[in-house]
Amino acid sequence: MPVVMDADRMARSLARIAHEIVERNRGVDRLALVGVRTRGVPIAVRLAAQLKEITGQDVPVGALDITLYRDDLMHHAVGPQPLVRSTEIPFSIDDRVILLVDDVLYTGRTVRAALDELIDFGRPRAIQLVVIVDRGHRELPIKADYVGKNLPTSHAESVSVRLAETDGCDEVVIEKTSGEDEA
Amino acid sequence: MKRLLKGGHVVDPTQGIDGASDVLLDGDRVVAVGRDLAVDSGVEVIEIPDGLIVCPGFVDMHVHLRDPGQEHKETIASGTAAAAAGGFTAVACMPNTQPVNDSAAVTRSIVERAALLGVVRVYPIGAVSKGMKGESLSEIADLKGAGCVAVSDDGRPVASALLMRRALEYAGMFGIPVIDHCEEPTLKGEGVAHEGFVASMLGLRGIPAAAESIMVERDLALAEMTGTPVHLAHLSTRQSLRAMDAAKSRGLKATCEVTPHHFTLTDERLTGPTSYDTNLKMNPPLRERADVDAVLQGLRAGTVDVIATDHAPHQQDEKAVEFDRAPFGIIGLETAVPLALDRLVHRGVITFRRLVQLMSVNPSRILNLPGGSLRPGRLADVTIIAPSAAIVIDVTRSKSLSRNSPFDGWTLRGAVAATIVGGRTVFVNGEIAGLAALRAAGERG
Amino acid sequence: MSPETTPTTTGAPQADDSPIPTSRLRRKDLVGIAELTAEEISLILDTAVAMKEISSRPIKKVPALRGKTVVNLFFEASTRTRTSFEIAEKRLSADTLNIAASTSSVVKGETLADTVHNIEAMSPDLLVVRHSSSGACHFLSRICRAGVINAGDGMHEHPTQALLDAFTIRERKQRIAGLKVAICGDLLHSRVLRSNVLLLTKMGADVWLCGPPTLMPVGFERTGAHMTSSIDEAVEGADAVMMLRIQLERMLGGFFPTLREYFNVFGMTPERVRRAKPDVLVMHPGPMNRGVEISSELADGPSSVILDQVANGVAVRMAILYLLAGGAEHEAAA
Ligand SMILES: [Zn+2]
Repeated sequence: MPVVMDADRMARSLARIAHEIVERNRGVDRLALVGVRTRGVPIAVRLAAQLKEITGQDVPVGALDITLYRDDLMHHAVGPQPLVRSTEIPFSIDDRVILLVDDVLYTGRTVRAALDELIDFGRPRAIQLVVIVDRGHRELPIKADYVGKNLPTSHAESVSVRLAETDGCDEVVIEKTSGEDEA
Repeated sequence: MKRLLKGGHVVDPTQGIDGASDVLLDGDRVVAVGRDLAVDSGVEVIEIPDGLIVCPGFVDMHVHLRDPGQEHKETIASGTAAAAAGGFTAVACMPNTQPVNDSAAVTRSIVERAALLGVVRVYPIGAVSKGMKGESLSEIADLKGAGCVAVSDDGRPVASALLMRRALEYAGMFGIPVIDHCEEPTLKGEGVAHEGFVASMLGLRGIPAAAESIMVERDLALAEMTGTPVHLAHLSTRQSLRAMDAAKSRGLKATCEVTPHHFTLTDERLTGPTSYDTNLKMNPPLRERADVDAVLQGLRAGTVDVIATDHAPHQQDEKAVEFDRAPFGIIGLETAVPLALDRLVHRGVITFRRLVQLMSVNPSRILNLPGGSLRPGRLADVTIIAPSAAIVIDVTRSKSLSRNSPFDGWTLRGAVAATIVGGRTVFVNGEIAGLAALRAAGERG
Repeated sequence: MSPETTPTTTGAPQADDSPIPTSRLRRKDLVGIAELTAEEISLILDTAVAMKEISSRPIKKVPALRGKTVVNLFFEASTRTRTSFEIAEKRLSADTLNIAASTSSVVKGETLADTVHNIEAMSPDLLVVRHSSSGACHFLSRICRAGVINAGDGMHEHPTQALLDAFTIRERKQRIAGLKVAICGDLLHSRVLRSNVLLLTKMGADVWLCGPPTLMPVGFERTGAHMTSSIDEAVEGADAVMMLRIQLERMLGGFFPTLREYFNVFGMTPERVRRAKPDVLVMHPGPMNRGVEISSELADGPSSVILDQVANGVAVRMAILYLLAGGAEHEAAA
């Protein structure tokens, strides 16, 4: 179970991404972070803290639960429904630049669902995608704007981003699996 | 043609017999009962396998044959075939047919058709009131003359106390009992299930226990006043049985019956996997545990005189509806003996001898029927029981035209081995070994 | 938690920790609260929290039930419940079909089973059924391939109403366990009552039922609820007071002499509610009879959450539709 990113690496990646965000958007005015549940949310919160450190400004943070937008929602075989959690976007996204934050970018289907959901909240000026790990194997024409680490993988592997907030420590690991899909 | 039922265990409370004995039949009569009866030439000897019990023919004094008028539910032919398979050599059929059996003409037609098509004996019960409307008495003398053995408006109570009084007095003159379906109609109202916790939770309109016991008390008071016999059908509540018990201790000529479903099932059955099963809808309704316990106690102590089925056939599509729209009633002829053996005899509630009283001796006595005993000279009506045989109830194999039983799939200990009516074998249970001779005799007639 | 109640502009939305969370509602039908576990009830209420947020969006629609067909089969008129279900279905992008089936087809010789088999020939995924006979939904759940959601059956259950009532209480009080809830009115004929008593006792509330003895179901103490005909005793220290509708027919049926006398003895007024906790919730499943079971002053007063109940009804029904839609085809035997 090789650790491909430790806590230190992760912190540095996030700091770099925060700087890139400020640079590319010339500040943080009209910026908002929206994390994709589950792990995108604490990452978005950390980025907000970084952005505040750099600019002294608060960037609002929202949380998106994409379950009801999944393209496989009614296609799954026998079994219980995926648990739905709240989407919380306590600000208008109209005319803002939205930084959509997720842990791993893989097939692109989660991002597709997230984009569809976000659009139901209004008309943002732009949406930019932030991920900790891009592991390739895209099935949709989607690309990240900010990437912590590009990590070429095979389908038989799974990539787990672990966070102190949800898993007790910060690390990214690669595991051999039976190939469970992490969209 | 003489036939000797040899080597069985005979239980006949009317002769005090409870042990190994032979029974000699000649034509449609019993001619001798005793140990090791001598076998003349020309007597067909039928060996009764070990463990089987030979009893006077069982009588179900509360059956709805639906014929005439509702032959899609049951006919005299199918109903009596079910009776034979259930160990009954005779049934008394209730008058709520179409037309109602409130005239000698209807009674005669039932008697004639039963003679032609009936597998077992059929004794009609006439209506107390014309059209069972509860208004004026039907021609009871005429009914009796045509063959009615009792009068009843069963399915409905005799609501008017005055009419009930007149019926008791008038029928008493001819020595036939009035059978009442005890139910105070305003208290019963639109009720469909026993009023109690279960019906409350299911949102079913309740039939309070008092709806029955008020009428029981009324009928007993009237019977006391008139000094004539009354028979109370299908008692189901502890209050009714308490009233009956008190009436008997003060010497009233009152008798009563209970059904197998009322001593087996409680209203709790209406919840869980069989919730709202319309095969659990009957009138009186399934009551609560304390009532079932009182029924069992009444059977044990002698308060109850008769086990009767209240066999009430209804077609599947009539029952496959919302609970409150379904008709009341279940079939019972083929499950009565197994339930009585399993739930009463094997569990030590009553002895087998008492079972014979409840299912043969007493109903015959109450209706003044010629059966109910194996005394020499009496009818050769015999029920043979396999008390230990385990059976699985399968309604699809019922001889009845209807399938409305809550006991489908039940495994019970105790079965009917064979049924003999007037010396003729009318039913032999294929699952009981050693009955080939009886079967062969049945085929020869 | 909805955006209105947690306006944490810069704060962190709550993170959670279950890795591959799925629901545990493994059933084909929702026929009653009686069949649900406390865990399943919590799951529905939690899911409804997420669903409620959807109704505050500019575009109040998610694609979750695209391609699913839901038939609203109402054998009894009910604009309120039917509309609530229909909105819930549309917000989840289901195809909906309303059938106001009269029981007159039954008179013509068609049974309930016939009617439903005809509808099933159109391959619906879920049937939302309202019927005047207790147990009708149990009956249908046994004969239907589609999932059956009970929208009220006779005097038996109205599970979605109890769930939305519980949702409303939980939203305001953050819990159900330990709360004193008084339910007053026609207890005997009320399906809302049965579902509420089952749900509230399962979730640990202290339930008090109040009404005239003529309108009390026999044996109901066995549910664990307290029964009283003293409205003061029922309301004393209550966290929520729920009124049940009194129908005019009950007066004609002799359950009480007049509506006027009923209001004098059992009608809920601001004076009577003063015995309850200061932050008491005044609830009513609707439609209300002002001046019979509840005074207008109270119904429109600050303690009333009657309109919240209506709004929450959509969220709760969305949750149920979503949770049942997944299993309908594959788990017919569940
Ligand atoms: Zn009867």
